[in-house]
Amino acid sequence: MKARVTVTLKNGVLDPQGKAIEGALKSLGVEGIDGVRQGKVFDIELGTTDRSKAEAALKAACEKLLANTVIENYRVEIA
Amino acid sequence: MKSAVIVFPGSNREGDVLRALTSAGSRAEKVWHAETELPKGTDLVVLPGGFSYGDYLRCGAIAGRATVMDAVRAHAARGGLVLGICNGFQILCESGLLPGILMRNANLKFICHRQFLRVERDDTAFTRAYAKGQAIDVCVAHGEGNYTADGETLKRLEGEGLVAFRYSDAQGHITADSNRNGSMNAIAGIYSDKLNVLGMMPHPENLIEDLVGGTDGRGLFESLVSSFPKAA
Repeated sequence: MKARVTVTLKNGVLDPQGKAIEGALKSLGVEGIDGVRQGKVFDIELGTTDRSKAEAALKAACEKLLANTVIENYRVEIA
Repeated sequence: MKSAVIVFPGSNREGDVLRALTSAGSRAEKVWHAETELPKGTDLVVLPGGFSYGDYLRCGAIAGRATVMDAVRAHAARGGLVLGICNGFQILCESGLLPGILMRNANLKFICHRQFLRVERDDTAFTRAYAKGQAIDVCVAHGEGNYTADGETLKRLEGEGLVAFRYSDAQGHITADSNRNGSMNAIAGIYSDKLNVLGMMPHPENLIEDLVGGTDGRGLFESLVSSFPKAA
């Protein structure tokens, strides 16, 4: 099984990198962009075919390491 | 007094802090991150600066979950002293020993310069050699030192006197210019609830000799050593 974990900053957390990218897009003349928030994507190979086991492992991975839940949210998609 | 300086892959200030500790009169040894126990009789654990695990994922995230950190957490829970400097502060936040997180500097630049800090209290094991309100001249070198916490945490830190140092000018005034990384409330260092864990972004260990331009960092290490009776 494969999974994709997406980690994004929580609303209200200042994202200086996203702001810089937003500024760069503006200076490139890309129009119609109101805001950019930067996040992370993890593509994960799972050694199980049991969906509930996979969900449990991914939740543990996110809570223990992949996301800092003080400032970040995570979303798990299993293919 | 006995200190243990934890070394992770990518730590690079362990030599500096070892020197600062021994010159203040502490015995000090390096401890590899894969150890499961601290050396017997450890009074102080130091997490030095550097770029543990290449700052991969988030600064301090991987080191914060290293094997030795369970022993460090147990040491802190017993009331033992823990000092995290720069990357060490990031590791303390990631390991849950201190609240909040160090985000990318607000100006997105790696900052490396001399920096005054205002000492917020002089009654802890880390700062008794200083005076409250004193501005000490040390240095900073980091890209992710922008202290961030939710409103409730910030209120608690301020209300309970857990802010250790703030970025200031030479007179101890907090100005827009003195807070170069954008930290909330100009926070440069914080204590744990019991005041036995200190995390700070600046480097006191680099200002301990006139030869390199200043000795204001010495007080922190002398404070720590003076907190323990001299070994016979």
